[in-house]
Amino acid sequence: MSHELTWLLVAVPAVSAAILLLGGKATNAWGHLLGTLAPLIAFAFGVVLFVQMQGLGTEERSETFKLFEWFSVGSIKVDFSLLIDPLSILFVLLITGVGSLIHIYSIGYMEHDERRRRFFGYLNLFIASMLLLVLAADYLLVFVGWEGVGLASYLLIGFWQHKNSAAVAAKKAFVVNRVGDIGLSLAVMSMWALFGSSAFATVDAGAEHLSPTWATLLGLMLLLAACGKSAQVPLQSWLLDAMEGPTPVSALIHAATMVTAGVYLVVRSNAIYEVTDAASTAVVIVGTVTALAGAIIGCAKDDIKKALAGSTMSQIGYMMLAAGLGPVGYAFAIFHLLTHGFFKANMFLGAGSVMHGMDDDVNMRHYGALRKYMKVTFVTFAFGYLAILGIPPFSGFFSKDHIIEVAFAENFVVGLCALLGAGITAFYMTRLMMMTFFGEKRWEKDVHPHESPSVMTGPLIILAILSLVGGALYFAGHWIVDWLEPVTGFEEAEPAISALAMTLITLAVVLVGAAIGVMLFRRDIPREAPVRVSPVTTFARRDLYGDALNETVLMRPGQYLTRTLVWLDNRGVDGLVNGLAALFGGMSGRLRRFQTGFVRSYALSMVFGAALVVVALLAVRLS
Amino acid sequence: MNIGWLTLLLLLPFVGAIVTMLVPRAKALLAKQVALGFSLVTLVLTAIVAIGYNRNGPEDYAETYTWIKAFGAHYALGLDGVGVVLVVLTALLTPIVLIASWNDAQNGRWSEKSFFAWILGLEALSIGVFAATDVFLFYVLFEATLIPMYFLIGGFGGAQRSYAAVKFLLYSLLGGLLMLASVVGLYVVSARAGDPSYLLSDMMKLDMSQNTERWLFLGFMFAFAVKAPMVPFHTWLPDAAGEATPGTSVLLVGILDKIGTFGMIRFCLGLFPNASEWATPVVLVLALISVLYGALLAIGQTDIKRLIAYTSISHFGFIVMGIFALTSQGLTGSTLYMFNHGLSTAALFLVAGYLISRRGSARIADYGGVEKVAPVLAGTFLFAGLSSLALPGMSPFISEFMVLAGTFSRHKVIAVIAVVGIVLAALYILLMYQRLMTGPVRDGIEKLKDLNVREVLAIAPLMVLIVGLGIFPKPVVDIIKPAVESTMQHVGVTDKAPQIPVTEGQK
Repeated sequence: MSHELTWLLVAVPAVSAAILLLGGKATNAWGHLLGTLAPLIAFAFGVVLFVQMQGLGTEERSETFKLFEWFSVGSIKVDFSLLIDPLSILFVLLITGVGSLIHIYSIGYMEHDERRRRFFGYLNLFIASMLLLVLAADYLLVFVGWEGVGLASYLLIGFWQHKNSAAVAAKKAFVVNRVGDIGLSLAVMSMWALFGSSAFATVDAGAEHLSPTWATLLGLMLLLAACGKSAQVPLQSWLLDAMEGPTPVSALIHAATMVTAGVYLVVRSNAIYEVTDAASTAVVIVGTVTALAGAIIGCAKDDIKKALAGSTMSQIGYMMLAAGLGPVGYAFAIFHLLTHGFFKANMFLGAGSVMHGMDDDVNMRHYGALRKYMKVTFVTFAFGYLAILGIPPFSGFFSKDHIIEVAFAENFVVGLCALLGAGITAFYMTRLMMMTFFGEKRWEKDVHPHESPSVMTGPLIILAILSLVGGALYFAGHWIVDWLEPVTGFEEAEPAISALAMTLITLAVVLVGAAIGVMLFRRDIPREAPVRVSPVTTFARRDLYGDALNETVLMRPGQYLTRTLVWLDNRGVDGLVNGLAALFGGMSGRLRRFQTGFVRSYALSMVFGAALVVVALLAVRLS
Repeated sequence: MNIGWLTLLLLLPFVGAIVTMLVPRAKALLAKQVALGFSLVTLVLTAIVAIGYNRNGPEDYAETYTWIKAFGAHYALGLDGVGVVLVVLTALLTPIVLIASWNDAQNGRWSEKSFFAWILGLEALSIGVFAATDVFLFYVLFEATLIPMYFLIGGFGGAQRSYAAVKFLLYSLLGGLLMLASVVGLYVVSARAGDPSYLLSDMMKLDMSQNTERWLFLGFMFAFAVKAPMVPFHTWLPDAAGEATPGTSVLLVGILDKIGTFGMIRFCLGLFPNASEWATPVVLVLALISVLYGALLAIGQTDIKRLIAYTSISHFGFIVMGIFALTSQGLTGSTLYMFNHGLSTAALFLVAGYLISRRGSARIADYGGVEKVAPVLAGTFLFAGLSSLALPGMSPFISEFMVLAGTFSRHKVIAVIAVVGIVLAALYILLMYQRLMTGPVRDGIEKLKDLNVREVLAIAPLMVLIVGLGIFPKPVVDIIKPAVESTMQHVGVTDKAPQIPVTEGQK
């Protein structure tokens, strides 16, 4: 096997998806097995590629393979070509590795769903699209993967579409992402106009010659795209609703992989952000705001999945923040992206395991004391918990600590926000832990919590181990930094204070956050959410009024506009032109008359028309 | 005398129409089979022509005979890249429509066989329109297409079909009348220059004063804008498409309306290049309005077929925008768009038709939860919808993106506003899907049958092409390319060079 076969990575899950979705009922019996085999094959191939790359020199690790010419128009030529390099291979391993685990888990989780085969078809479609997204060597081809994952996300959020809420959430996700697509579309159009191409190689080479205005515009357009896909403020509102999808979907698409595509896009476009401080700053601001906003939302949710979704927003905010800081931060953004992929997938699947044992109840107020009933789920979840808090030696400690450190080195306010966010994270995650696994049991009599089957706990255990040891990517001789340097560059940040002091401060803040969580949610949690709460809590519960804002600013005026236009079109435009047409035809507007016996009139007007042509031509001829 | 390939293409469906009508009334099935047979042979022949054209170029297919010597009118047919694409689209959609509409004409005003015969007649005339290289011949065929379409709408549609048919006719006749004035005007110019000739190749060389050119341009442009249809001349389309059978709507929106945008490229840009450039700002703004207005109106519709009709108004806005952006990306994109729109709208109309025929209602509010009882129907509908919203990976994406990028390179503001259309497209398609297909199963839906083999067979080729040309559009793009190059050259415009050219060596 060699690099020339990179396309197989995309083709294998794509073919599997096609078989499952077109094969119909005939594939019901073994559909989930084929569906699970596809990402496993891709993962095995990814590992082979990765190992082969280790043997290559730094320069040889990046290779572009042109499959065929997609199209050429005017002087623009777009190739269907794939790029395998140190950045994309990491994504390949994350997507196929975590993806395979989640496929395996889904065999158990979706066992009783009569549409399980289709579920696996959609998951395979997602894997294929996501791999295309990270392997494409041209921004326009990225767009295909980008929208493919959006489609898979749409189909999977709305998987239980007989529920209105699921159907609405799916549509919302797609439409909000389309707003982000405006950014990506405009970015590619600008690249065509500026460089005559949207291939990575050309754009990277030309970026340094960009005028400041164009560089900033390009950076902002790509940021808009990233905001949509990665649920960053102001396009964050869809992610919480996306939790309507089955839990493995939330783990794979809305935590570990797809929602990090925005971070990928920014890191991949580092040549552009290199030449624009304004757009880079915008990326940092968006990341910082989202890191805090997500954390605050996470504090107020009683729905275990929505609490985790708020957390995902927040953690991606951290990655975005790091990516916005430039070469000092790129490697850490990707590092955190990977460790987050492990521990967040772990916790989402853990949440799914809890729901599985609790008759699909998602309300944490109905949980409590589950550590005694679901031991494996509890312990593996605890690994994820310790990782996201950043307790050494869990993976999150290394990745998040560095982001905070670099943030402080670059800008004190950003650093402070990142530090504060870490404290809030510790608080809401502790709240989640306490409400779910500790305290007194609060479920109804007819609920019988039980541990999930091993096909589900197996992936949990593997992900828990990864949550623990994932930090090795860095502490083993700064491996990830060196690995990514040929793609993203690297600069050592100049720390404001010593790294050790920074680590200690961060740990202290985290422990304070966790301690507050323990104190408040140790016991006496009411089964019903308190109604009379402070405005701050309401603010957080209502997702910081993101939906309310969208509704007031966009939806209602939009509906009003549409309704007005429909009315006008029926009365105004149609009426006016009807009248005009009637006038021309000399029919005084009484179309009714013509509904009977019109054939004759038509024949007459044809004759008349033809006669007119002849007379007109003869007249001209004679003159 | 040798019969030319194009004449054969034109005659075959015409003969088919006559033969279909000659089948005894009692043998409706036989008549339908005959019609389908003729349309399939035409498709095979068209494929041969298209492959030959690709290999040998246009020379082999040009036919010119003097028709009315006094007027300088000829029976002249020929192909260029744009024409080939549209002839292929016509030959492709006709059999698909016949298969999909197999049982749709049973309750018409006239016999079932006449429905099939009129469709073949329309196919013949449409091929003629796309192949005509004589302005007079084009005009005659252009007007003649109204006849079969009038009978198809007025004879086999919904309750308001007569009203819709008359409205369609009046709008079209009005446009045709103004075009006629310009056609006559062209004769005058041609006669003054020497021997009058309506041959396109001769007319393209005519020298016109600025004013003459602009007036004549307006006559053509108005007719094409009604046909295309552009806001504010669009209101006939929702009525016509809403009342006609789904098959008729496909032919109307998929093929007949393309005559408008086709005419803009071949006749407006071809005969009046300077006037076309002069009109660019106004046309672009109208196109932009069409894009957004059509999409907003689609969102607000309560009837499935009218909704799809409004989406087409938005799509035609994109096509016109690409044409008048006067860049190779815009023109190529628009031509490709015409083809892709034919595929996606056909799929959307036909699947919507399957749905409507089952429930007996086109009101969106009468549906809900269809996915649960008829997953294949819902799945194909979603597929068609996604191609209509130009999902990347499907063929319409490439054409829409080319149009936008081509417009962007010259008219940034227009393109930036038009991009909003992609969000609106997602809204009108997914809102409709949500209302029809998802949620709890509504009363009257429980027993809905899923698609049968015939129905799947009709739309499967469309789906294969939509995906296939999304991944590998090169064959079609390459056919279009020379035509676009010569049009650009004729109008006298060139693409803007990239601001920061990156040479191969720099990479």
